[in-house]
Amino acid sequence: MVIILTFEFWLIFMIECKDIVKIYKTGDIETKVLKNISFSVETGEFLAIIGPSGSGKSTLMHILGMLDTPTSGDYFLDGKNVAKYSDDELAEIRKAKIGFVFQSFNLLPRTTVLNNVCLPLVYAGVDKEEREKRGKKVLSLAGLEERYYGYHTNQLSGGQMQRAAIARALINDPAIIFADEPTGNLDTKTGQIVMETFQELNKNHGHTIILITHEQDVAEYARRIITVRDGQIVSDEHNGHRAVEILKRKSKV
Amino acid sequence: MKFNDLLEQTFSSLLANKARSGLTVLGIVIGIASVITMVSIGQGASGTITSSIESLGSNLLVVMPGMQRGVGQQVSSGRGSAQTLTLEDAQAIQEQVYGVENIAPLYSTRLQVAATGTNTNTTVSGTTAAYSMVRNVAVETGIFITDEHDLAKSKVAVLGPTTVEDLFGEEVISEDVLGQKIRINNIEFKIIGITAAKGGSGFNDQDDVIYVPLGTALHYFAGNDKVSNISVQGESQKILDQVEADITALLLERHKITDEASADFQIMNQADIVESASSIAGTLTILLASIAGISLLVGGIGIMNMMLTTVTERTREIGLRKAVGAKKNDITVQFLAEAVTLTFIGGIIGVALGWLASLAVSHFGGTATQISLLSVLLAFGVSAAIGIIFGYYPAWRAAKLDPITALRYE
Repeated sequence: MVIILTFEFWLIFMIECKDIVKIYKTGDIETKVLKNISFSVETGEFLAIIGPSGSGKSTLMHILGMLDTPTSGDYFLDGKNVAKYSDDELAEIRKAKIGFVFQSFNLLPRTTVLNNVCLPLVYAGVDKEEREKRGKKVLSLAGLEERYYGYHTNQLSGGQMQRAAIARALINDPAIIFADEPTGNLDTKTGQIVMETFQELNKNHGHTIILITHEQDVAEYARRIITVRDGQIVSDEHNGHRAVEILKRKSKV
Repeated sequence: MKFNDLLEQTFSSLLANKARSGLTVLGIVIGIASVITMVSIGQGASGTITSSIESLGSNLLVVMPGMQRGVGQQVSSGRGSAQTLTLEDAQAIQEQVYGVENIAPLYSTRLQVAATGTNTNTTVSGTTAAYSMVRNVAVETGIFITDEHDLAKSKVAVLGPTTVEDLFGEEVISEDVLGQKIRINNIEFKIIGITAAKGGSGFNDQDDVIYVPLGTALHYFAGNDKVSNISVQGESQKILDQVEADITALLLERHKITDEASADFQIMNQADIVESASSIAGTLTILLASIAGISLLVGGIGIMNMMLTTVTERTREIGLRKAVGAKKNDITVQFLAEAVTLTFIGGIIGVALGWLASLAVSHFGGTATQISLLSVLLAFGVSAAIGIIFGYYPAWRAAKLDPITALRYE
């Protein structure tokens, strides 16, 4: 009963996609990369989008992450349709609500770990003292030891770099974290540690995480798995015990 | 984005590639330094010309004979060759025109001059005592011609230093020359003074001259009372135009000419000469500055080249910055700041170097130079403008990069 009441409060989804279509034009040839994608994501979910290369999963992530806009369809973020937002409006939302973790880390070279992590706050206009305080906090949350904070990023190992990148994604306390093949450049063992970090952030800190991958065993860390093939969702499954719970809750709504 | 964050980022990016930044700055340094040096040389030359014209005398008007055409006549003798000005004209100007401080009529001709064993051909100028004031002629040894010499038609002469050299050799001590006799047109004159060196203006050596009393010159060399010109010194610069107009009116009346266009004399106003000379010097300055400007332009292109390379190299960084929330404007400002910082540093070093160079030019090259605050400010303005103009295109390219493409750039 309590669960149902809580759920009615969340009638507005965090993310709601309706008939998202993305068409790329190369000369006269039109390629329909996404074909009428519709789904929704709730706050606190850990969702994996899985699919082979060329399936359109990266394009989907770019649209969800507001790095790109759909050709047609609606994308509601916190109840607002952002599908037609301008570049600068999208940048404003990314700054406030979104964190990214990339396959190739994308850390700035010749820059210290701490400064890399604090970069999003520079654009948010936060002053240096506050930035560094928050930077140290998220770095410890991402599991990087303090002695590395002053290192330049090219002095770190792959796992350490990805931890720094996760810390950077966390620094603006984002509503959603997008992780694009976060283990793609890491060995299996380090990959596992990184994925466990994501799980921990989701479970204990309530961050919504959307993971893009082509590896089934990486996707297994998530509680819900959407499989994309040829620009369409072919399955939307709930993974494990807790995911089933969510499904139950949803069916009651 | 806060200003000190922008500053910090700009310097760390520029310092990340010291050699490239340094060479790019060098281009601007050379450009700015050459503009500063060239303009200072130009302005120095202009100053030299102006002061050399002013050395002819201050508040000066020179009345010169002109040509006169009769009605329907097409032929004229050359300007200045006519003998239309007389001693009486000069006296009338002195007595009737208000604002005349001094007046010095001059009769000038070229004659053969002989000393013991040597001889030369030089300008012999018959004039009055006032001439030394009106035309800034200083006497170094002895005295200048006096009014008494003029009245008495004394056969005395004051020599210019060049003439002294020509007649007595370079080694001669000027005191020894005083009292010596020279023969001008076979008439014996006694040397009473030697003028201080004035230097030449153009092709005309002002020191190659012999001054004799006007009365003497008119009596022995001219045989009439026609003068070559009349120098008039006005009381002040302000009333010079009025004095010029009054003299014109007076002489027209005296020469019985009704139409000013057919006047048989002309008046040169020193202010006009200074003006036309400075306009020549101005043109020279512009010419020099535009040659230097070309090197500044090349420096600017260097900036653009470097910034374009930087933008390409840092494509992924730009993608990331956009992904974490940088707006177009943030990216534009960042790259523009780098370009402007480069040109600004180049500007500061360039001004310092240009200053040293122009000091060196005046010290070793003997050409006067003049650095004005304006040219320094202009150089700064231009270098900042170059930073913005040549930095804008690369910055714009960076800002319009698509974040996805930029993030995936290899």
